[in-house]
Amino acid sequence: MEYETVIGLEVHAQLLTKSKMFCSCSTDYADAPPNTHVCPVCLGMPGVLPTINRQAIEYAIMTALALNCTIAEHTRFDRKNYPYPDLMKGYQISQYDNPLSHDGWLAIEVEGGERRIGITRVHQEEDVAKLWHRTEPATGETYSLVDVNRAGVPLMEIVSEPDLRSPEEARQYLMKLRSILQYLGVSTGNMEEGSFRCDANISIRPMGNGGSTAKVEVKNMNSFKAVYRALEYEVERQRKVLEKGGKLVQETRGWVEEKGATVSQRSKEYAHDYRYFPEPDLPPLTISREMVEELRSRLPELPDDRRDRFMSQYGLSRYDANLLTASRAQADYFESCLELFPGGEGEKKAKTVANWLLGEYARLFNVTETEITECRVEPRHLVEMLGLIGEGTLSTTMAKAVFEEMFHSGRRAPEIVQEKGLAQVSAASELEAVVAQVLADNAQAVADYRQGREQALKFMVGQVMRATRGQANPQVVNEMLVKKLEEG
Amino acid sequence: MMAKRYLSIHEAHELLAKGEVSSVELTEAALQRIDEVEEKLRAFVTVTRELALEQARHADERIKSGEFSVLTGIPAMIKDNMCTRGTRTTCASRMLESFVPPYDAAVVEKLNAQGMVMVGKGNMDEFAMGSSNEHSAFFPAHNPWDLERVPGGSSGGAAVSVAAGECIYALGSDTGGSIRQPAGFCSVVGLKPTYGRVSRYGLVAFASSLDQIGPVTRDVTDCAIVLNAIAGYDRQDSTSVDRPVPDYTKSLVPDISGLRIGVPREYFVEGMESGVEQVIRQAIGKLEELGAEIDWDVSLPDTPAALACYYIIAPSEAMANLARYDGVKYGYSAPEAKSMWDAMEKTRQYGFGPEVKRRIMLGTYALSAGYYEAYYLKAQKVRTLIAREFSEAFAQCDVLVTPTSPTVPFRIGEKMDDPLQMYLSDVCTLPINIAGIPGISVPAGFVDDLPVGMQILGEPFSEEMLLRVAFAYEQATGWGERKPPVQGKGR
Repeated sequence: MEYETVIGLEVHAQLLTKSKMFCSCSTDYADAPPNTHVCPVCLGMPGVLPTINRQAIEYAIMTALALNCTIAEHTRFDRKNYPYPDLMKGYQISQYDNPLSHDGWLAIEVEGGERRIGITRVHQEEDVAKLWHRTEPATGETYSLVDVNRAGVPLMEIVSEPDLRSPEEARQYLMKLRSILQYLGVSTGNMEEGSFRCDANISIRPMGNGGSTAKVEVKNMNSFKAVYRALEYEVERQRKVLEKGGKLVQETRGWVEEKGATVSQRSKEYAHDYRYFPEPDLPPLTISREMVEELRSRLPELPDDRRDRFMSQYGLSRYDANLLTASRAQADYFESCLELFPGGEGEKKAKTVANWLLGEYARLFNVTETEITECRVEPRHLVEMLGLIGEGTLSTTMAKAVFEEMFHSGRRAPEIVQEKGLAQVSAASELEAVVAQVLADNAQAVADYRQGREQALKFMVGQVMRATRGQANPQVVNEMLVKKLEEG
Repeated sequence: MMAKRYLSIHEAHELLAKGEVSSVELTEAALQRIDEVEEKLRAFVTVTRELALEQARHADERIKSGEFSVLTGIPAMIKDNMCTRGTRTTCASRMLESFVPPYDAAVVEKLNAQGMVMVGKGNMDEFAMGSSNEHSAFFPAHNPWDLERVPGGSSGGAAVSVAAGECIYALGSDTGGSIRQPAGFCSVVGLKPTYGRVSRYGLVAFASSLDQIGPVTRDVTDCAIVLNAIAGYDRQDSTSVDRPVPDYTKSLVPDISGLRIGVPREYFVEGMESGVEQVIRQAIGKLEELGAEIDWDVSLPDTPAALACYYIIAPSEAMANLARYDGVKYGYSAPEAKSMWDAMEKTRQYGFGPEVKRRIMLGTYALSAGYYEAYYLKAQKVRTLIAREFSEAFAQCDVLVTPTSPTVPFRIGEKMDDPLQMYLSDVCTLPINIAGIPGISVPAGFVDDLPVGMQILGEPFSEEMLLRVAFAYEQATGWGERKPPVQGKGR
């Protein structure tokens, strides 16, 4: 039987505000010693009260607008109650039945165009503390340490509709969502560092059958790859259960990276009852339409719009434009290069820069596991190198070697070219002797050429290139050979 | 020294200003009185002798320099659920027995800025849950008018200390009557301000949407003075209201002629002691004598629902507010446990007393899946109705007058085994918290030498009106001048 996969994602993204959600502690805790970015409020000490971080609310509204959501006129916070030592107050200030925004969508690329994935809601809450689970080596005794630095960092929850139909679509959705957050500048979107977290709800059902089977919640996926793998695993697992005539149960499963498998954590009977109720310490918020419009006017150009502009303005293919605009930093880099690139046809320049970014850059980022934000080659340095190609100083082949050196060392092209003597030789006078030698050594090729075999010319150009260790300008060599052969 | 025992703030201030007495002398007098009677009254969880004397010396310097206010150098007590930096704040619970906050409550900060002398932290029902002070995890406080009787609660310590001369004024907190009921039981003045009038920052939360801090004082003038000092918007408390604070002492005009005073009939409840009813009817007669128009026909028909509404909302909020006490971060932590969950369970099992546990369970139940609509949500709707009913009544009347409690102070132990009877002792005060309006209790007389309080209610932010009526009544009767018979050791 054919099955259809139904996936909905729940993303938690930390917001890049300076201070925490409900107190003035700094959110910049990444390199801080444990429990140094704390105060009575985020420690949940007796008698203290939360105050709302306006910046966080603005960021969440901007995100909701970018995701085409409706912004609530009246919203409020609720207490989500559950006991756990990472929760300083014993409840999390979150939003329940009056979220900040609801009913939006996000477009993902699918075969043959794009598809809109529904966004159920974007709401605001606070992060919890980090627990470090330890084992005493001598005794084997286990214990946990609490680092409260993270507690109270603004967290935005973005819930999708169950509109995703494959692990690949889920991956696309996450990439696009992260891209939007990065464009907005509201979150780093870094999954490995935990500032962007994803839980998934997944079920499968017989194709064409509207009903659904038991929904499984998958947690503990710490990278885009993990999300993809975990969902693939679940699709398979669930299919096998159904094919064996088994029954799926509603449960929570955790992805175990080392095993490459999900394992059951909690079944529905043990599901939490969060006992939500309105947070009495914070009055309901009224979000004025003026504020919404003001924030809307502050939205930057978003990935989809930028892609469309790249296609029309620079004549790029949809595929290339999508890749270039996937990250705001890369798209910015691309456009900086074009601005610095002197003269010439816009589209041709764009194509050249795009080829470098999607070719050599992408390859080296992949090899070094780095990103464009860490790149040591500045746009002006790429443009400088492209200039060397343009004026004939550098061949494309040599340029790749020079670029790799630039990429690793951060040095500039002219310096590398000079040091390694890599400059292209275009002066006929310098090539004269080599060309003569090649003609003398390859009588057969000369004869072939004269009988009309063009292949022979290519061979001889290659011989010259070889003799000059690639430094000769192939265009010049070509012309010289033809001239000599015609003369002879 | 005896003369100084029952000074009011304004009297003490006058003596301080004239240099006839020093703050150190006032403080020593209070501490001496504490030494004499505290063994019988148990109004204090902690007496801060050294701190008080240091603050008094500092106050005397301020007074000498001429830069001082009406509260500078006046000995006060703070209920033990308001955080005091460097002084333990226990909420009369084993859970916080050794908890020393690194911060001051907003009200404490304000009073400190005025040069308060804090003689100690006030006994109370654990986490402010109770109406008799018997639910203190340490020891009950005793009523100075009859040591066998309760002083009321939960701010029992505050009312006792002010009534018995152990300090000049106190701050209490009121969630369902916790300032007004003990004030009535001890024959002192107690005000619960409008919700949002005083910052709750640093008040250990019981029920966040109902809690409010207020003064417990010897007379109405002092009440206005203390309210002046603690009222006002605080950006740290998002539920505090940004609204100018008037000079409340300006409303102390002994003239209520032409005021319309309503008497809601539902407040003369079944089970009300006839002596109390008589005292209140006489008090209302007095108000009429003073020129007020009395409307005996006011009705607030939803009043009987207030008790049920209160005992859903307050425990629900308390359930969440008390969830943080898990032994991980501060306070009591069970020393021996098999696991993390075991440690948390044991901590709460031992750290909380029975009344606190009862309310946590009530709240947990009321908010549970499947019960939320029937309990919590319905209670919120009833709350809206009750607030509307009051607001309609205030369209007809300037203030409403009721008994503060249906009974005189009851005997210690009398209601301990019957939580419902205990809850009923707040029947006249808790609708006021439900509606968020202000209420004041003033001494209105005695039944067999036991105090009776009269409660005056107004619309939100009508504290000036309440103080005016209370002041006029106080000036005309002087019930507050009678002092309790409690004597020092050996008597």
